[in-house]
Amino acid sequence: MNHLLRRYGASLTVTLVVLTAFWLLVLVILPYLYLFENSFRPYLPIGEVGGPKDVYSLDNYLIFFKSPIHIQVFIWTILYSSIVTVLCFVMAYPLAYYLAKVASSKAVPTIFMLLLIPLWVSEILRSFAWFIILSLKGPLNIFLTEVGIIETPIRWISGFRSIIIGLVYTYVLFMLFPIYNSIQSLDTNQIEAAEDLGSPWWRTHWRVVLPHSKPGIASGSVMVFMLSAGSILVPTLLASTNSRWFTEIIQQWMFESQDWNTGSAYAFLLLLLCTFFVSAVMRIFRVSLSDIAK
Amino acid sequence: MKHKRSNWLLRVYVVVFLVYMLLPLVVMGGAALNDSRFPSVLPWMGLTDRWFVDLWNDGRMWVAFRNTVLVALAVVTLSVPIGTAGAILINTLGGTIRSGLYGIMVAPILTPGAVTGISTLLFWNKYSVPAGLHLAVLGQVSFISALVMLLVLARLQTFDHALEEAALDLGASHGQVVRRILLPHLYPAMWAGAAIAFFQSTENFNTTLFTRGTSDTLTVYVFSKVRSGITPTINAFALILIGTTIVCTALYEISRRRAERRAAAESDAAASPVGETAGP
Repeated sequence: MNHLLRRYGASLTVTLVVLTAFWLLVLVILPYLYLFENSFRPYLPIGEVGGPKDVYSLDNYLIFFKSPIHIQVFIWTILYSSIVTVLCFVMAYPLAYYLAKVASSKAVPTIFMLLLIPLWVSEILRSFAWFIILSLKGPLNIFLTEVGIIETPIRWISGFRSIIIGLVYTYVLFMLFPIYNSIQSLDTNQIEAAEDLGSPWWRTHWRVVLPHSKPGIASGSVMVFMLSAGSILVPTLLASTNSRWFTEIIQQWMFESQDWNTGSAYAFLLLLLCTFFVSAVMRIFRVSLSDIAK
Repeated sequence: MKHKRSNWLLRVYVVVFLVYMLLPLVVMGGAALNDSRFPSVLPWMGLTDRWFVDLWNDGRMWVAFRNTVLVALAVVTLSVPIGTAGAILINTLGGTIRSGLYGIMVAPILTPGAVTGISTLLFWNKYSVPAGLHLAVLGQVSFISALVMLLVLARLQTFDHALEEAALDLGASHGQVVRRILLPHLYPAMWAGAAIAFFQSTENFNTTLFTRGTSDTLTVYVFSKVRSGITPTINAFALILIGTTIVCTALYEISRRRAERRAAAESDAAASPVGETAGP
């Protein structure tokens, strides 16, 4: 702090502190605390807010724990978000390795440009594209029947299948870029040394490349999991009758029931889940928060 | 050599992956030109521009478009100074205070957008601020500032604080140190931050959905369109967006290649002293 005062003087230091304090207090900490506090209060008509009935209780959370359906949807969301995260890793890792270590330095920027096009086209349109492709009379079924691979159209949008397809497509790039960054910082000599010493390709990856790309994998996994579990667009667009996502229940509380208190309890559960996931990943991969958020 | 074969396999994989990423966009864009009520490229019913005409005549779309730009500009205006201030501040700290503050700063990036949206809505509602685009701005700023902060913080790592000391010793005022030495070094990161902030804001859905009140932004507009009955006007919108992206990408790629060639030419010229005097 003295450092700042000496360099930038009192008024500029105060400006810096005020801006940061406004951000962290007014936009981050206080709203989160208020969400937390609100989740323990009952949903009351406006006249009774602050009245004798307005007391703290665990009721809003008990609604969740007493509803087998909501618990099941919560578990589904965790399960399928994890599957999406693993699939994204499996798809992104070879590509990240290729771009970082094999591809010619001239080709890499061009490939990145091409990959960035879907990223610039917003998330909703990316999932909308798959809605068209996967629909019963959509291009995929027509193509497959024309070619003769299938005889009758397949109902792609059923169960969680279409949601997984949509989430992987939408978020795989959030896995690719961090892994690419961390593999890129690996000294190529280490890979060559492993190969010269007779290591088969899979062992080179297992013992040299993968351990080095740990921070990238951790960062990518956290992003993909958080985005998937918190996604609203993909599960709404690509849902079938027998698939529900936790964010949809939050939306129901907020918009249909207008019960913001129970809504905030559910939102807090989602936040808790993501916090838990972040700390689990930090533990498993032995990385720090600054490795994840870069 | 086994090496060669595995590279060949990887190359095929890259092509497959690129097709996987881009083909859905082709299908979606192509459907905008197909004269079929349900958006699809197969079966092809003939070329049409009616979906573009429908889109152009949709007043709601234009309102949403204006709202999106206004929100994005407000987000840039707020998040670039906030993120930069946060980065400068945290860069002078160390130890536990630094890691604690860092944790709070990056937490909004790792929080689902719905949670950010709901907490912003509830907090301001407590002070009788109704939902609306202004709350959407505040909700977005809470995590977009963190993105700006990370960019500026990375840039600060290459900054030589001795320059500031030197300027102060030579009698520069505090304002001059910031304006003439610190900020010019940070401008590239701040511009990148502004671009990312603008882009993140226009594409944001989750936070906006809960804070917007009854106003539309483009993502919300498209979402309600998709829900209320799908027509290929959405595809027309998508095709325009894809087209704009491709044009921007191509322009960027051309300028990048030109810069690369110029750099290569310059290093060639520097390498051979003859080239410098003899000219091209």
